[in-house]
Amino acid sequence: MTTMAILTIFVLSVFVGFEVVSKVSTTLHTPLMSGANAIHGIILVGAILVAAEAKSTLETTLAILAVVLATINMVGGFVVTDRMLEMFKGKGGKK
Amino acid sequence: MNSNLYALIGLGVAVSFVMALKGLSAPKTARRGNLIGAFGATVATVIVFFDPSIEEGHNTILIIAAIAFGVIVGVPAARKIQMTQMPQLVALFNGVGGGAAALVAIVEYLNLGETASFGEVLATVFTVLVGSVSFSGSVITFLKLQELMTTRPVVFPGGRFVIAATLAGALGTSGWVISSGGTTPLLVLAGLSLLFGVLFVLPVGGADVPIVISLLNAFTGLTVAASGYVLQSTLLIVAGTLVGASGTILTRKMAEAMGRSLFGTLFGAFTAKPQAIAEGGEARTVKSGSPDDVAILLNYAQRVVIVPGFGLAVAQAQHTVRELADLLAEKGVEVAYGIHPVAGRMPGHMNVLLAEANVPYEQLVEMEEINPTFPQTDVVLVVGANDVVNPAAKTTPGCPIYGMPILDVAGAGNVIFLKRSMRPGFAGIENDLLYDVKTTLLFGDAKDSLTKVVNALKAL
Repeated sequence: MTTMAILTIFVLSVFVGFEVVSKVSTTLHTPLMSGANAIHGIILVGAILVAAEAKSTLETTLAILAVVLATINMVGGFVVTDRMLEMFKGKGGKK
Repeated sequence: MNSNLYALIGLGVAVSFVMALKGLSAPKTARRGNLIGAFGATVATVIVFFDPSIEEGHNTILIIAAIAFGVIVGVPAARKIQMTQMPQLVALFNGVGGGAAALVAIVEYLNLGETASFGEVLATVFTVLVGSVSFSGSVITFLKLQELMTTRPVVFPGGRFVIAATLAGALGTSGWVISSGGTTPLLVLAGLSLLFGVLFVLPVGGADVPIVISLLNAFTGLTVAASGYVLQSTLLIVAGTLVGASGTILTRKMAEAMGRSLFGTLFGAFTAKPQAIAEGGEARTVKSGSPDDVAILLNYAQRVVIVPGFGLAVAQAQHTVRELADLLAEKGVEVAYGIHPVAGRMPGHMNVLLAEANVPYEQLVEMEEINPTFPQTDVVLVVGANDVVNPAAKTTPGCPIYGMPILDVAGAGNVIFLKRSMRPGFAGIENDLLYDVKTTLLFGDAKDSLTKVVNALKAL
């Protein structure tokens, strides 16, 4: 990938990121933060990539530790967000 | 796997993250949004094993075992956690994410060795620095929220110089890594960054902690994007940038909701001074009442406003408070809940808690709407809240919550505080309202107190 292509992707993503959360209500601040937190758990993909090409023992150990931490971030993050949002179930509309 | 197909699936995952964030911004679609994000993340995790660039089968078993271990740790933690402890769990999850990003960068740096380009080294340095700050900072916020350490700002003499020196050291080491390469400077950088994360969060007062979590969350997003650059992964760049950008906006919105200056929160570390503790606390007298007194006050009121706070969440008293409200409504008392946007430990905490007890949505009134009605209110029942009704936010410049919008409960005829003790609230500031002549205090656990009041009310 060229640096220009990466820069383009980066800048457009910044604007999308600004835009998608621009109308969030106060009530949802915390679940949104938690959901975004789970999304950056996608570093798991990066951790797997480096673990799969790790050569020395040191590299492997650090990479595997990264896989564990990233998994906790991602899986735990989505589960805890879902639990926060469970509380909204059955409200609004019909009771 | 065909590399075009692989890239296409990656694109689909990136779109699912955009949809997840969009969904999470509205109550109706929030849950679905989160599930879409989780689905996308799962797909991404599965297909990365088919990444055309990796050697097939290398370390695969070890990786799968590590994922399984992470799931075993993460899922039960997220499932068993109590509603009241969710913010610190989010902080902890964010911290391990930042730590993971830093580790990924270090491993890739070791792997690339001399072949790393200038851009890659720069991105590595950024990831290690910010990821480590996010990790250690999040751990400190966790300790603060879990009350394993003081929730007050920790300020020591010369603190700001130590912090500035650490930051300068970290930035200097970054230059060292970029100019000379090698592993040692990178590890020194990681160490200094970890230290800076701790020092950066220590002076932050309890009330500002959620803002800091949100900020560190955005930081971690950016480190993920930087890792994506080094690893040539468009998905990581997009996902990380999305979180970084939306997290920044969210941090600003949270700071606005709390009436805090983002700048003040961030650079509090450099400007904080040891605070004078409100003097004469024990010399003043308070009026404490019995559950019967409270029941009588409530029974003869025309209009009652209930102000819930963290104490309600701790005591899990949401069902009891609803029982009380229903009982009052039967007796013809007008009941409303005054919801401060940041009551509890996180924005929206009270809405979530009361929704669980099926409190009708119409009864939950936001701060701007309820404030003008306090003069027509006979009794305000403050259940385990303190900072959000503390008039010091208006009257005492320089106190940590100064400038935060509050519920003007002092305008009401009577104020009843249900409190565990005279201890000040999370922000650690004395509340003058407790000593006001129209204030009655009922000490004890919120749930016990409410149950006693309900029984007393039934007996009337």
